[in-house]
Amino acid sequence: MAIDLDRCTGCQACVAACHAENNLPVSDPESAAKGRAFHWIRVDRYYEGEFPEIRVKYMPVLCQQCDEAPCEPVCPVYATYKNEEGLNVQVYNRCVGTRYCANNCPYSVRFFNWFDPKWPAPLDLQHNPDVSIRMTGVMEKCTFCIQRIQRVERSAKEEDRPVADGEIQPACVQSCPAEAMVFGDLNDRESKVSRLAESGRATRLLEDLGTRPKVFYLQKAE
Amino acid sequence: MAAAPEIVPYSQVRHDLWRPLAGVSRRYVAVVSLLLAITLWGLFCWGYQLREGIGVAGIRRPVFWGFYIVNFVFWIGISHAGTLISAILRLTEAQWRKPVTRAAEAITVFALMIGGMFPIIHLGRAWIFYWLIPYPNSRLLWPNFRSPLLWDLTAISTYLTGSTIYLFLPLIPDVAQLAQHATGWRRRLYRTLSLGWTGSDREWHALERAMKLMAAMILAVAVSVHTVVAWDFSMAIAPMWHSTIFGPYFVVGAIFSGIAALLIVMSIVRKAMHFEAYLTPHHFDNLAKLLLLMSLLWLYFSFAENLTVWYGNEPKEMNVFGVRTRGTFSIYFWTMVFCNFVVPFVLLGIKRLRSIRTATIASVAVLIGMWLERYIIVVPTLAVTRLSSVSGGYSPTWVEISITTATFAAMGLLYLLFSKLFPIVSVWEFEPHPAEED
Repeated sequence: MAIDLDRCTGCQACVAACHAENNLPVSDPESAAKGRAFHWIRVDRYYEGEFPEIRVKYMPVLCQQCDEAPCEPVCPVYATYKNEEGLNVQVYNRCVGTRYCANNCPYSVRFFNWFDPKWPAPLDLQHNPDVSIRMTGVMEKCTFCIQRIQRVERSAKEEDRPVADGEIQPACVQSCPAEAMVFGDLNDRESKVSRLAESGRATRLLEDLGTRPKVFYLQKAE
Repeated sequence: MAAAPEIVPYSQVRHDLWRPLAGVSRRYVAVVSLLLAITLWGLFCWGYQLREGIGVAGIRRPVFWGFYIVNFVFWIGISHAGTLISAILRLTEAQWRKPVTRAAEAITVFALMIGGMFPIIHLGRAWIFYWLIPYPNSRLLWPNFRSPLLWDLTAISTYLTGSTIYLFLPLIPDVAQLAQHATGWRRRLYRTLSLGWTGSDREWHALERAMKLMAAMILAVAVSVHTVVAWDFSMAIAPMWHSTIFGPYFVVGAIFSGIAALLIVMSIVRKAMHFEAYLTPHHFDNLAKLLLLMSLLWLYFSFAENLTVWYGNEPKEMNVFGVRTRGTFSIYFWTMVFCNFVVPFVLLGIKRLRSIRTATIASVAVLIGMWLERYIIVVPTLAVTRLSSVSGGYSPTWVEISITTATFAAMGLLYLLFSKLFPIVSVWEFEPHPAEED
């Protein structure tokens, strides 16, 4: 995935879309104040300059799907692991809830179900049937909308054709009005996301930790 | 000073040490009921947490670990009282150890039972904790041997097994003697536990060898256990957790708090059971010196740990260092330094001040200090994350506080029950015996 920070307006459409797509529990103000809100993608704000000459930079942060993910080796039951496509996946059914993975995630993108999830009416009627609802005591995080990836791959296989570049769109990518987010196959050197990742504008978050994230942030080189 | 137990005839020793086993005083019943009530309340709170979800505790994002992990490390630390101290003393053949070892070994077993519960209490889905165990299952799933938590489970279950055996072995000659004198269900209990001990030369030699072997092995296990507990933290890439010094640092801290716990238990046993003749000022003095030594070692490790972070001046590490020493957590930090170093150094370092009473006071201070040390290690690192957009404090809820309190009550309860069933000071070791002489 590539995210163009020069395009991002910080509108939070990705956050809302992610909530709807992935059946994220809705938090009330009290639990949000307790640090228990769920946002698989969040928009971080960075301020440059002094008021009134201030500039705000927005940075959507989601699971970076690291190649060397620090969350993976620490899980005692393999509830989080790297699947064949290179995604860092979370197996809800296997998770026992040690929360070690969340402690070891430098991006703080992992979320824990402190209680069974609740939705105020009528939101409980709009669950996405493709995404399981997580029970109390398990960890969850951004999946790159694995259900959408699988749907496209399945139909491509049925039609006996390769998946086209840009055909898979996670909810955040699809909903971005500024078209700041691009999703694709990094193994395919011709894909749009690969070209952006090698464009010279790309950096990765906390790259010096050696986690090798698969999300590239694009911004004008200063 | 009371007469040294070696001079007292053996029949008198046995009479003295068996005395607490007989009868139940009103005070004993009152204390046991109180502790039982607190323990049951803690169990109720845990039940409530299982029913409602772990969210009834105060942990939150990003402080995913809180009181439960602090208590876990604390109790595993306490468990080092026994085994380690008694094994060292046994291997070095320190004669003064005799009245101390069983009291210490019992602490180990009970502290481990309690400490070992905490990772389970802490789990989001505690009812499937056994998924960490590599048992054969229909889906052919293995646990992840790369995870420090799995090392932990392995280390602690090994330690619990080992230290139970280590407590049990020297108990055999005692229960065999008790079986001859007791009646009713106690007789059956002691007879079963004595495993048909007759006291033949062959049995004595086997027992001696087994105890020596266990002492040597349990030392290695004890050191490895707390090293592994430390690795739960230092294997993570979080600032001020990712430290090579953590293994030995934790072992030193564990022995430190273990000796403190032993001193407290000994002074209670001495008073409550009138063992003044057996637990003499000499024992307290020796252990107090050991406590002082560990205090200095602890200071050395803490200094080395903090100095390198401060001098290195790496921003992410300094953020954590800052909240620890100058920010939100500084009150705990400096209280810890006061309790762990200043109090024992003054009370035990100045010879004129060193007594049973001051050793006990210093030990209480050390336990408080060492609990705070674990809190200082666990929470600030999590509260200050790498990305400034995510941060958060932590305050425990009544559930966590209740469960924490209950574990102290449970410790007291287990200890009281144990000391009513078994002599808390080993009796047979006072008996002049051929196996001892060669």
